[in-house]
Amino acid sequence: MRQIIDLTVNGRPHELAIDIRESLADLLRNQLGLTSVKKGCEVGECGSCTVLLDGTAVNSCIYLALWAKGKNVLTVEGLSGPSGELNPVQQAFIEEAAVQCGFCTPGLILTGVELAGSGKVFSREELRREISGHLCRCTGYENILNALEKALRQPELKSE
Amino acid sequence: MFEVNEIYQPMDLPEALVLAKQHPQAIIIAGGTDVLIQIREGKLANRELLNIHGLSELQGIEKNEAGDLLIGPLSSFKDVEENALINRHIPILAQAASMVGGPQIRVMGTIGGNVANGVTSADTSSTLHALEAQLVLESEAAKRIIPIENYYLGPAQTARANGEILTKIIIRGVNYRGSGGCYIKYAMREAMDIATLGCAVLVSPAKDSSCISRIRIAFGVAAPVPIRTKNAEAKLSGLDIDEAGYRIASLIREEINPRDSWRASREFRLHIAGVMAERALSKAWQQALERRRAECGK
Repeated sequence: MRQIIDLTVNGRPHELAIDIRESLADLLRNQLGLTSVKKGCEVGECGSCTVLLDGTAVNSCIYLALWAKGKNVLTVEGLSGPSGELNPVQQAFIEEAAVQCGFCTPGLILTGVELAGSGKVFSREELRREISGHLCRCTGYENILNALEKALRQPELKSE
Repeated sequence: MFEVNEIYQPMDLPEALVLAKQHPQAIIIAGGTDVLIQIREGKLANRELLNIHGLSELQGIEKNEAGDLLIGPLSSFKDVEENALINRHIPILAQAASMVGGPQIRVMGTIGGNVANGVTSADTSSTLHALEAQLVLESEAAKRIIPIENYYLGPAQTARANGEILTKIIIRGVNYRGSGGCYIKYAMREAMDIATLGCAVLVSPAKDSSCISRIRIAFGVAAPVPIRTKNAEAKLSGLDIDEAGYRIASLIREEINPRDSWRASREFRLHIAGVMAERALSKAWQQALERRRAECGK
């Protein structure tokens, strides 16, 4: 059940033959090798498959690949600058030791990038709500919240 | 790979209605946050899907000249939560939508799917019961409008016939004007959880604010389908707010008939139903008075 769709992934336009039965997570991992898109629960609960779709976080494991037609997909592979510099949200995760096993990290970073792009100011309580679609079984979330607070404080992000 | 036999992909609503007629057994998929999970779990595996995701006729939220709010069923929970019309006229629905799942689910899941599924725990459904919403069901040949109360027949059983698609949710002006509302969800976690019990209260004070002129109370998970507690409503209307606050819990406990489940016992649900209704009434009343003051101030 093949179908050809156009979509943009990490800034690059693609024309891909997809199976209409496959999830966006499978398409990104299997055809494009973007293995930062993790498959944890595969039922939309853990958030480790999160990607930004036209700038908004969605769970790619319960999103049909065919729905991504014409859309702009961002994974953490698309975050780094031209010389490989890290995105400020990634840098903050390193500085605040917000990573242990790393499985939830790509998804959380993308939600962080979405929040940074919104230009809004978030209280810690609001940040908790914003990341409530991500499960982290290692850190207890404290360092993740510290990292997000740090990244979202940076003025250069706000202007983007 | 999702175990699906076929996915029909209409380009617009008329084509979707034709496909729904030709393939009456096909499962309608909108946001996918329920259907795809049930396919993954095997409950809906190896079936045909009718994909209405993204159909423009089924999106958007508007208000007509009569003051009725018309909600496109493909509006996501986030659309509902952030929509200016909803927040201005029926903030209780924005509140209910904000309590579904987590941020990603609220972007993907739709209010139409929440209702059309026929599940008692749907966060927006008890609120839509309190608002006496009407559902527009369209087939290729006909179009009918039914009260949301008549839509729910039993657990996951609904009045939607094969070949019909939910195309609009209507909230009449007379059913929200002058009211304040509050939805309270009781769940084990603050996010990504299904309601143990949900309670929506909509109250309209009398002109001089001395007593309750009209009250509607609806519950999710208090029965196999979302329900209104109309006996309690009848006994509470006309009472002053203190008296109503004093009586609401016991009236609710006399009327609902929740079940034991692994989430909570019947006794626990009976207890929290009373407490939640009392709290929701108090908040809804405050909101109604505040909204009235804001209207007068203009």
